[in-house]
Amino acid sequence: MPLSRRSAVGVTTLAVVALAWVLLTGVSGLVSPGRFPTPADTWAAGIQAMMRGYGDATLVVHVLQSLKLVALGFLASIAVGVPLGLLMGWSKTAEAVLNPVFMLLRPIPPLAWIPLAILWLGLGDGAKILVIFFAAFVPSVINTQVGVKTIERPVIEAARMLGTPRWRFVREVLVPGASPMIFTGLRLSLQASWTTLVAAELVGALAGLGHMLNLAQQDLYPGMILVGMVCVAIFGALTTALLGAVERRALAWKRTRGGAA
Amino acid sequence: MTDVMDPARRLLLGACGLIGFFGLWAAISGSGLVAPTFLPGPLDVARRLVFLLTESFAGGTLLVHLWSSLQRFAAGYLLAAAVGVPLGLLMGRFRTLDDIVSPLFDGLRFIAPIAWVPFAALWFGTGFGGPVLIIFSGAFPPCLLNAYRGAKHVDPRYLEAAEMLGTPSGRIITEVLLPASVPSIIAGLRIGAGLGWQSLVGAELIVASTGVGYLMVQAQSAVSTTTVMVGMAAIGFIGVLIDVALRTIEARIHRRLGGA
Repeated sequence: MPLSRRSAVGVTTLAVVALAWVLLTGVSGLVSPGRFPTPADTWAAGIQAMMRGYGDATLVVHVLQSLKLVALGFLASIAVGVPLGLLMGWSKTAEAVLNPVFMLLRPIPPLAWIPLAILWLGLGDGAKILVIFFAAFVPSVINTQVGVKTIERPVIEAARMLGTPRWRFVREVLVPGASPMIFTGLRLSLQASWTTLVAAELVGALAGLGHMLNLAQQDLYPGMILVGMVCVAIFGALTTALLGAVERRALAWKRTRGGAA
Repeated sequence: MTDVMDPARRLLLGACGLIGFFGLWAAISGSGLVAPTFLPGPLDVARRLVFLLTESFAGGTLLVHLWSSLQRFAAGYLLAAAVGVPLGLLMGRFRTLDDIVSPLFDGLRFIAPIAWVPFAALWFGTGFGGPVLIIFSGAFPPCLLNAYRGAKHVDPRYLEAAEMLGTPSGRIITEVLLPASVPSIIAGLRIGAGLGWQSLVGAELIVASTGVGYLMVQAQSAVSTTTVMVGMAAIGFIGVLIDVALRTIEARIHRRLGGA
């Protein structure tokens, strides 16, 4: 029963919020439509963005542009970050050499790379992918590194004693052993990717959800701002759910082995 | 995995890494393969830092910009802590409040803090209020979540004992729930500070007309790569200082609670 009670309260809350939205903006006009859009404004803005387009492109084009940049930056950071994390977790020497450099660069927030990325690569896709890469890189390295360190020692010793060749060792001991932490890192990386993407597109872009938000802000078009924000939330949630599905598949062996997830 | 490394060797290797990093940087920028506006050398950046401490750029010296960033950060962050921590504790204590707030919170959480920039500018302007809202939206979720988790993980026996003794609800929160959740709350405050500081930079890049972020945007338009890099270093440095300050407070509180 507690679940149904919880969802009942949840649904009621959302209904109350929706009602308050209608009452405050549309019916009573307590909140001016120039500050927060009415439901009708938002609907109209959504339809406009989908059908006629806003900012030289339809909503689908903006969404695809943003998804493309997030995917490229995120995948690039995994491709470099996870192997580097494995190396730093496994080899003490690599860790000792690389850690200070890492500590030096890590405090610089990903968003602070945006102006430099623009100076280097301009306002095109390259600069955004670079910034997303920086943002997603740190969590994937750190968590992979921690993941390797949490592998139980007997497992590693057994593999060594059996003379497992290097590549098989990486593929069958290191990666699976670290994979729960790797996925924790990837979730954080994905979140960071979205934040950074929106910021980078707000600073300057020719298409994408951030570009839409930026135009809507300049045009003082609250309905379109809300449409843009809702899209950011929806696609952030969808990509997170997708990563969760991949994780469940990749870690299926963990559950079957005894349910200690 | 391998045995513990000799500290001297570790230090040596670390120094090699750092020397390698700065050496590579200086070599690339000094080689003439890339334009100095593309990648200035480490020494150019250091000289520029000294210059910006006394000379003004984009309306103020580096310290003036940092000061206005810090003021915004303090306002947004303290607001996030002042709302997030009590709300999290109350949600951990009262199921109904939890059921009401959680769906709203889960919906809003997926909106990246930076996506609030347009509304923040529309509602509170681009001077102080707008950026403060963005810092708030960055720092708020970890403050709330960690207080909530802390309150949920309090040993129910303490709560039952307090209830049995007829402790009023307010006192249960301040004298049982709060002290027992302190470690989790502090962890949340540290994460929140990091995210808040990062959101501030984003907000200043986009809307503000003072602050380090603004300094960097102006430097970018003026193709002053050294100034951009000085800004990055200053942001990183202040971020570390904030974290160190919170760690110190954390250690002090742990000592006072007797390591509980």
